[in-house]
Amino acid sequence: MNVFLSPEMGHIALIIGSCLAFVQALLPLAGSYTGTVRWMQMGRSLACGNLFFVFLAFLCLSNAFLSDDFTVRYVAQNSNTLLPIYFKFSAVWSAHEGSLLLWVLILSMWTAAVALFGSRLPLQFLSRTLAILGLISVGFGFFLLFTSNPFERTFPLPPIDGQDLNPLLQDIALILHPPLLYFGYVGLAVPFAFAISALLESRFDSAWANWSRPWTIASWCFLTIGIFLGSWWAYYELGWGGWWFWDPVENASLMPWLVTTALIHSLIASEQRGVFRSWTILLAIFAFSLSLLGTFLVRSGVLTSVHAFASDPERGIYILLFLSIVVGSTLALFAIRGPVLMSTSSYSGTSRETFLLINNLILTVAVAVVLLGTLYPLISDAFGLGKISVGPPYFNFFFVPLTFVLLIFIPLAMRSSWGNVSTKAVSSWLMQPLLLSLLLGLIGSTTLAYWVGEKGNSLLAIVTMTCVSWVFVMILKDFRDKIKSSSFTLLPVRYYGMVLAHLGVAITVLGAGLYAASGIQRDVKMGIGDYAVLGGYTFYFSDIKRDRRSNFSFTQAEIIVSKEDREIVTLNPEKRHYFSNPQTMTEAAIDPGLLRDLYVSLGEPLDDDHWAIRLHVKPFVRCIWLGGAMISLGGLLAVLDKRYRRRKICSQDRANLSVQSASEI
Amino acid sequence: MMHPLRKQRMQWICLILISTSVATALIAYMLRQNANFFYTPSQIAIGQAPLGVSLRAGGEVVVGSLKRAQQSLAIEFLVSDGLHSVKVTYEGILPDLFSEGQSTVVTGKIDDQNTLHAVQVLAKHDENYTPPEIAEMYENQGI
Repeated sequence: MNVFLSPEMGHIALIIGSCLAFVQALLPLAGSYTGTVRWMQMGRSLACGNLFFVFLAFLCLSNAFLSDDFTVRYVAQNSNTLLPIYFKFSAVWSAHEGSLLLWVLILSMWTAAVALFGSRLPLQFLSRTLAILGLISVGFGFFLLFTSNPFERTFPLPPIDGQDLNPLLQDIALILHPPLLYFGYVGLAVPFAFAISALLESRFDSAWANWSRPWTIASWCFLTIGIFLGSWWAYYELGWGGWWFWDPVENASLMPWLVTTALIHSLIASEQRGVFRSWTILLAIFAFSLSLLGTFLVRSGVLTSVHAFASDPERGIYILLFLSIVVGSTLALFAIRGPVLMSTSSYSGTSRETFLLINNLILTVAVAVVLLGTLYPLISDAFGLGKISVGPPYFNFFFVPLTFVLLIFIPLAMRSSWGNVSTKAVSSWLMQPLLLSLLLGLIGSTTLAYWVGEKGNSLLAIVTMTCVSWVFVMILKDFRDKIKSSSFTLLPVRYYGMVLAHLGVAITVLGAGLYAASGIQRDVKMGIGDYAVLGGYTFYFSDIKRDRRSNFSFTQAEIIVSKEDREIVTLNPEKRHYFSNPQTMTEAAIDPGLLRDLYVSLGEPLDDDHWAIRLHVKPFVRCIWLGGAMISLGGLLAVLDKRYRRRKICSQDRANLSVQSASEI
Repeated sequence: MMHPLRKQRMQWICLILISTSVATALIAYMLRQNANFFYTPSQIAIGQAPLGVSLRAGGEVVVGSLKRAQQSLAIEFLVSDGLHSVKVTYEGILPDLFSEGQSTVVTGKIDDQNTLHAVQVLAKHDENYTPPEIAEMYENQGI
């Protein structure tokens, strides 16, 4: 075993890293008030030092996993000698302690990134931002060290073999899902720190919004990929074919995503028109607070959820305390400094400002719906009003209509102009696309009805198709006009990003809407030689066999799917039995396709030769994740725009910039 | 005459106030409609649970109580908290970790025979994990 990367080394590195973060929280902040340039400059090197030591600690823990060091309790609880090597590595963040270490590591990465790429920021602003990030890092570093140390040993009697990684987590998407989600969650600390620094020096000009935008979009991209990856994992790994369950932990990631989406849009208005400034600051605070709340919900065990693998109320209380300090102190700061933030320009009812404000309102209402639905069971329990759970009907009741309203406003905001626009100018370019999308919606749902049967003709399908066509027609029209007046290469990269991301939203809604409207499923009892018919497909149960792989044995069914006497695919759903753990796992078999997925999962054995089997035909379900990929890619393009890489802006240019940027896009 | 900027702000504030109050009222109403309360088998046995309302119940699946239908996926089993048990019916596939002697949480409606017709059956997803409702139920009984 590598002595240099021992668990003790990791423990020490973590302590040093947290101490550096502590200094990073104090010195640059003090320097920014006393005007000591040297102290302020230290922020950047402290951030890099902190990253080095936290990364070292992370390497030590990874090393303990890869070398099967079961003297470390955390390793013994979450790994096993039989585990393939890549799962041993991903087991590092499979439970509380390790995932928290990953949290701290990612925070250090973001902080170091701000330190390195923030050279165009004024020193005073940068040092305050780094100090805020340092404070957050200290909070989580101490949490890690005092309540959930991953390097704890189990002397004197270490187990011979570990308890194994939860089989649900032994999956490729789960290697990537938590880190990506954490990059998003934790990245929200950056716009948060920017907002606090802005409050500290009462500076909310368009330059500030310009600095904040790429960081906000970047963490939003990670959050988007993380959420969609999680949904994809739930779809094929949980084995029962849903893609979103309104599980409290899913909600915990959805809420910061919604707020950040609102933040991105309100930052645009703040940067270009100087409006909604206090609202923008408030959104930045809420986005990070909700990501902390998410950490609390996932890690405290207060919720019944697929993610609540192991929980400890004490840890929950620490995060809740941390959360209330963060929210309380920042809101107090906001209350003191907020009134300074007055809007400077006016706008009419059909301007882009108005549409962005409506977008923000819808997203905020959506967050309120999800927040109340998620917290209501906790509140009800805390006040002794009974133990309840809130089911999907509640969320769908609000979320589905809100999504459609949002879709209607998306292209309006993209197509309208800033400032005082007359109503006539808007209605003149509105009628044609409106009629066209209504027509497309009707044609689409009729085609669907012809293809999947009468279910396709539901109201949901018609509304979905119409709204999605509306977004497509309007965006493509706008795109064509832009190309006409400009050219491909002259259009800024962020414009392409915007188009791609919004089309992605429409594609996701198309997938979700049509899946809900026309997806069919059936649970059947089948034995060898039986067949079942669903949605025009014939599922023939031809064989069942048993075998084993490295750390589990499995039962595999063979189901031949055909349509109109033509064989389409052979699906092999499995039931897995892990050796280290009495747990059984369902591995669904999927035949993917852009137009439809065939999905078969094997239930429990009923008697000697009959099995419970679930069959699905899911039209357009892939569109959900295709849209997710487009949204993330669009965000990535937006981050790459050269607008955010401008050199340091001197105060004289700034006045020019705000005039110039108003005419851009 | 109000300053146009101030007038605009007033309009927005009114709009926001109205929409938030409507939204809050609607959310509160829907939450009440969709809240599934948790009842112990004892509460159901002595008639404390409302009939025909979607609710949740939980406890241990009584060993030997699981019965399957011949032709369909219909099943029935007893869920007990150690003092009383309640009959649960369900049609569909059971979760992987569902088995006799293990704890479960079911969602459904109770009919006048005091049988719970479940639309969802959950089993714990980890051998070390007990749903908080059930943990507390046993705690209150002093088990």
